[in-house]
Amino acid sequence: MESVAPAKVDVEVQPEGGEVQAAGSPWRLIGRTFLQNRLAIVGVVVVVVVALFSFVGPLLYHTDQFNPNLIATNMSPSGSHPLGTDQSGFDILGRLMEGGKSSIEVGLAVGVIATVFGLIYGAVSGFFGGAVDAVMMRVVDIGLAVPVVFLFIFMAQVYKPTLALLIVLLAVVSWLIPARLVRGETLSLRTREYVQAVRVMGGRSGRIITKHIIPNTIGTIVVTVTFQIANAILILAVLQYLGFGLPATTPTWGSMLSDGTTYLQDGYWWEVYPALAIIVITVVAFNFIGDALQDAFDVRLQER
Amino acid sequence: MTGFIIRRLGEAIVVVLGVTIITFVLLHLLPGSLARDILGNRASPQAIAAFNKENGLNTPVWNQYWLFLDKLLHGNLGYSFQYNRSVDSLLASELPRDLVLGGLSLIFSLAIAIPIGVAQAVRRNGALDYAGTGVSFVLYSMPQYAIALLLIQFLAISFHVFPAEAPQSASAIGMLEHPSGLVLPVAALTLVTYALFSRYMRSSAIDTLAQDYIRTARAKGLPERLVLTRHLLRNSLIAVVTLVGLSIPTILTGTLIIEQVFNYPGAGLEYFNAALRNDYEVMLGITVLVGVVTVLGNLLADIGYAILDPRIRY
Repeated sequence: MESVAPAKVDVEVQPEGGEVQAAGSPWRLIGRTFLQNRLAIVGVVVVVVVALFSFVGPLLYHTDQFNPNLIATNMSPSGSHPLGTDQSGFDILGRLMEGGKSSIEVGLAVGVIATVFGLIYGAVSGFFGGAVDAVMMRVVDIGLAVPVVFLFIFMAQVYKPTLALLIVLLAVVSWLIPARLVRGETLSLRTREYVQAVRVMGGRSGRIITKHIIPNTIGTIVVTVTFQIANAILILAVLQYLGFGLPATTPTWGSMLSDGTTYLQDGYWWEVYPALAIIVITVVAFNFIGDALQDAFDVRLQER
Repeated sequence: MTGFIIRRLGEAIVVVLGVTIITFVLLHLLPGSLARDILGNRASPQAIAAFNKENGLNTPVWNQYWLFLDKLLHGNLGYSFQYNRSVDSLLASELPRDLVLGGLSLIFSLAIAIPIGVAQAVRRNGALDYAGTGVSFVLYSMPQYAIALLLIQFLAISFHVFPAEAPQSASAIGMLEHPSGLVLPVAALTLVTYALFSRYMRSSAIDTLAQDYIRTARAKGLPERLVLTRHLLRNSLIAVVTLVGLSIPTILTGTLIIEQVFNYPGAGLEYFNAALRNDYEVMLGITVLVGVVTVLGNLLADIGYAILDPRIRY
């Protein structure tokens, strides 16, 4: 991209004051805009902290999350249990770490799988257009018309979910939006001169899609992955709360919240609010990152 | 225009058929058999064969799908063998109460989202805009039930302002006769829907503000108040059609969760309870209904938009 229009960049970006912006690679421009967004920095820091908390935390803060301790149930926060214990005597702080593992694993796996599949699907559909596109997009429409939470409750009742099954199911319902976004972009990309040039030179469809269309949708893809991760964590939390997610032996934020809600009336706040807070903070952080990335990629388009 | 409506209608029918196929496949993926579920483990093979014959279960799969579709076309959503009652009659008593919950929440969330969205667009990057964006961001990032839980904690437990349980009336009018019990469920669903609406409303109003006719209205000296009400607000309202159409899945899913939290007697709670007692036909009947309503919402939004905005040409 840099080599295509350097002259244009100079003309458009140069302000009257003569202050010339470094015409670096588009990636540097995107990175700079992203880093200028303070909320984005907050988002990244929070995600890193939550990830460290969940994966490194248990190595430093040892708790037993397998054997219930019925002598120490519903204990309020104290020196030995900074966030108290739950109804089975599990240490809440340690349980938040364990719950974070499954949330982050599911979120990342679903975000990546759904986006990659949606990307390929959308690119193929948009590139070929016509009848292929019509059929492929009706499939997406059908998928979007099936209510996700309803479907999940049904599946969870029929098959007892495992982590892998839950990831597959969440990915099955999550690829639809990325597919639609990428398809829309492909529709406009395929009419660009460079795509037509490849076609005139005899480039095959597979090559055009993988070398020219997909790389140009990178902005949409990166943004979509972050939003999909946030969404997957939210749906997981909702399913766990309703009791239709992973089995009770796997600690999750949603199930902690669900268990704690029973004691809301008793004032055992430590069984509800830490789990709630960490869900909201994590999802907000991913959304901040997604928003900032969206702006960053937009700015690249504006400044070019 | 007519061509567009016909094409769009055709697409909607295809999508609805697709939803019924998915539902049918799900019903067939179920382990065990309907005959065993209903007649019990000690039923004789003859009884099972007779049951299968009676319900068309001995015919090829495509024929069973056809029977299933035929039943749906006649408005038969299935049969709850556990309640010994048709899903239709079950829903007939639930849906009016759902309309109360969903309808009130939709009205309130629009009543909040439209003026705030317009105000945010007019005072863009001001304190109000940041506050509004922040609130909708947090609401959007919360699981739906968390909003309900916070409302219960503060308005029902800490301060006993409103009860935490919804009224348990048999009719929609009965629900409306106990407004205090309706406050929290309606407020929770309103906030869930508002989270979806607010950002969209804001950006739609920002887009409208940049239009030439707004500049013209200002240039000819129209008072700012009239510019906002006559030109900005009116044109932003077109976006509301899309919003309402697209919000249907959110509202229906929200209904499921909010009804579960507040024990609100509606189709969402029915679905949840059906799941707990493995009443699959009820679950799938409600799923088909939700799918059809979603498709209908999209369709009406598209057509409504095309009618309201004459610039749209297909």
